[in-house]
Parts: sequence; structure tokens; C-alpha cells
Amino acid sequence: MADGPLTWKNFIGGFVVDKPGNAAEYQTGGWRSQKPVWDNTKCIKCGVCYIYCPEPCIRQTAEGYFESDLFYCKGCGICARECWTNAIKMVQEEEV
Amino acid sequence: MSHRTGLEVSHAAAEAVKLARVEVVAAYPITPNTHVPERIAEMVANGELDAEFIPVESEHSAMSACVGSSAAGARTFTATSGQGLELMHEVMSVASSMRLPIVLSLANRALSSPLSVWGDHSDVMAIRDCGWIQVFAENGQQTFDLLLWAFRVGEDPRVSFPVIVNFDGFHVTHVIEPVFIADQAEVDRYLPPFKPNAVLDPRRPVTMGAYGPPFIYSETKKAQDFALHQAKEVMLQGFAEFEKIFGRKYNFVETYKAEGAKVLLMVIGSFAETAMDLVDKLREKGEAVGLVRIRLWRPFPQEELRQAVRGAETLIVLDRAISFGTLAPVVSEAKAALYPEEKRPKIVSFVGGLGGRDIRLEEFEYMVKRGIELAQKGQEEIYETIGIR
Repeated sequence: MADGPLTWKNFIGGFVVDKPGNAAEYQTGGWRSQKPVWDNTKCIKCGVCYIYCPEPCIRQTAEGYFESDLFYCKGCGICARECWTNAIKMVQEEEV
Repeated sequence: MSHRTGLEVSHAAAEAVKLARVEVVAAYPITPNTHVPERIAEMVANGELDAEFIPVESEHSAMSACVGSSAAGARTFTATSGQGLELMHEVMSVASSMRLPIVLSLANRALSSPLSVWGDHSDVMAIRDCGWIQVFAENGQQTFDLLLWAFRVGEDPRVSFPVIVNFDGFHVTHVIEPVFIADQAEVDRYLPPFKPNAVLDPRRPVTMGAYGPPFIYSETKKAQDFALHQAKEVMLQGFAEFEKIFGRKYNFVETYKAEGAKVLLMVIGSFAETAMDLVDKLREKGEAVGLVRIRLWRPFPQEELRQAVRGAETLIVLDRAISFGTLAPVVSEAKAALYPEEKRPKIVSFVGGLGGRDIRLEEFEYMVKRGIELAQKGQEEIYETIGIR
């Protein structure tokens, strides 16, 4: 993308991104106002949240439950809406 | 050695593209450009030219296919006119921003409505800020020459920008002219194979035309504009090398009998040739009248224009397009370029030659006479229209 710091003088012509996969460095979680919180007593580990997450930033923990990577999570709430057992609640960022 | 032959200018353009060893042509026919891709398609079908000809379903697809082809590293050409360019418009800035050196021959045509297939500069003026290098040819030879130059300069790794070669619809495209057609060895000497700065290759993946959020977009645009200005040096080298090999000389701003001229006409495109006839006539009568011709339209050669008009008292500018609601495009550039000059000529603006209307010698003569008059008393109208009823 750039040789050195990201100033206009350092771009590769045409803003070519020459290192594949660097979209992972882009924080999409910056504009979130709510975040998903799991109640694992209700979670049946079905993975619907994992499947529906459009980012996709929900991952399975070693115990088989799910959590969201807040670096990418935009707080869309689709996981909470789709969860069969209502195990996910969307809460205001500042509340938890 | 090159040979001189009489042929339709559109076919001369096709010859230049063939000699440039183009690899991909994606084009959609539209008057008055049609004969260029038609002849190229014929060359490919006959086996005279080893290239991929993509008969796309629209100009939007033509330019899109060109973007893909150029990004994959192929020498790429397309051709269009008027409404066709308008349909390409969305993809034009994609090509320049991605720095893909596509060459486009633009047979200049008026924009609808009313529907007109005839020539003027409304098409290119509507996309003048799209980031392409833009040059104007005045005749068949220049069209042939500038197409070769366009590939060389556009593809130079220090430039890497697409190039439009403008030539007037019908007045140039459809006339049969004597043209020096270069031989293959000469062209090969002038035009090295295309080595792109970045290329789409699954073995070494890159992303072109990526997402540019607010934190980065301004920087990409600044870098692009800076590079376009910087390209002028390579463009001049391209002209110098052209002169060395082919013996014909070009410049960003060219003059005709402008030395010591008190009155200068300024013309872009093929009507400059009629203006030359007028200058000859007036010079014979001892009148200090000369001509300035704009060869390079983008990036606009501000400094070169300042030098070309230095010493003149009156500058009479002809535009073949209206910029609705403000000054005509060429005179607008002239005024902007000359504003910082302490001593500058009075500038008079004429618009004419719209939608294929001719401007004859007598009308150029009127323009000079009327231009001097308006320069003295001040032009109240934004522009005067030549030959208007």
C-alpha cells in the first residue's frame, strides 16, 4: 500500500494494496453503540449466532460457547435477533 | 522506413494501434468513431493483428473490460464518441485512479439532445476532470502519431495514466488524408513492451481499486494529482524521442506565426488548420496575427500557455463546447492561467462549430476583427457565438 508511513508521498501508484489480507488490520468495531452479551446458562451451543454474523467475528471458545471479537463487531444485533434461546442481549457500550 | 499513403483517418488510427502491438481491444461502435474499432476487428479477424477483440454490449462494458485487461497487464485500447463516452463516464475515473494506462481514441462528437452525430468538443469537456491525460490531434498524421505517443507515455512506469487522443468527428475521422505510416521496426524502437507497475496475478495477489475510508482517501487523491502533474516531464521526453525517430515535432502548446503577434487566436482541435490559413492571409497583408494551438489539454499546460502568449495584446479564444452556466472550457483555462501575469492580453471568447457546424475562413476573419473590437471596448457577453442566427 505504502512505502513507509501512510502519507500521500508514499503510496504505490493507484493505491494498490500489495500485501494480501491486511483488511484484518482495519477496525470495523469503531462505530458500535451496542454490543452482544451472551448468557451461557441459556446457550445451547447451536452456533446460529456464528453462522449469521455478517462480519463474521463470532468465534467459539474452548468450552463450546460463543463470543464476539469486538475489534470487528459493528453491534448490528443480528446474532441476538437470531438466537433460538434468547441467550444474547444487546447492551449499550457504556453499560458493561 | 515509413511510407506515405492516402487513407481514411480512422483507418490510420487503427494502423497506429496495430503497430503499437495492442493486446486487447474492447469497444462498442458509435458514430463517428465506428471505423476505428471496425478496422481493428477486421485486422484481428484476418490474422493481421494478434490481439483479443472483445465485442462488448455497451461502452460502460467496454471501459470496464479495458480496466480488467489493463490491470492484468495487457496493452489495452478502446475508442468512442459523444454519448458513448458519457456511458463510459463512471468507469473513466476508475481507470485513472487505478493508474491503468488504457489508450482511448475519442472521435469528438456533440452530446444529445437534440441528437447529433456530428462533431464538437462537448463529450471530452464533460469528462475533462476525470484524471486522464488528454491530447488533441488536428489531422490524420497527428492522430496516428499521438496514438503511438499515448501508449508510450501512458505506460511509462513513471506515469502510468490512461490517455485520451481527441480527433474531431467527421472533420478528421472520415476524411482521406496522406499519412506517413511508420514501419514496425521504428514503432518497436519507440514503444517498448508494456511492463506494468502492478499486475493482477494469482501467484502474487494484490488488490486494486480498494476501499478508501476517509482517513486515506484525500491522500490517494493528492498522490494521483501530483503524479499527473509530474507526468509532463515524461510526456516531453516522449515527444523528443518521437521527433528523433519519426522526425515530427510536438509540444504541449504549439504556435503558428506567433512571433511578434499583437493578436493571437487560440484554438483546440482541427479548426486550428483553418485558423492557420487565416493567419497566412493576414500575415501576407502585414498584420501581426498568430495562432496558439492547445495540444495538451490535461494536465493543462499553464506555464507553457503563459509563455506562448507573452507580448500579445489580444487573445481570441475559440471553444467548440459550451460549459453551461459559466465560461466556455478553453477560455476558462486561458483566463485562469493568465490571471497571475502582471502583463496579460485582453481575452475575448467565442463559441462555435457546435454539432458539426463548420467555421470557415471568413468566420475566422470575422472573429479576429470582432475580437480586436471587443478587446478594446470590453466583452459584455460571456461569449459570442459564431454564425448564430
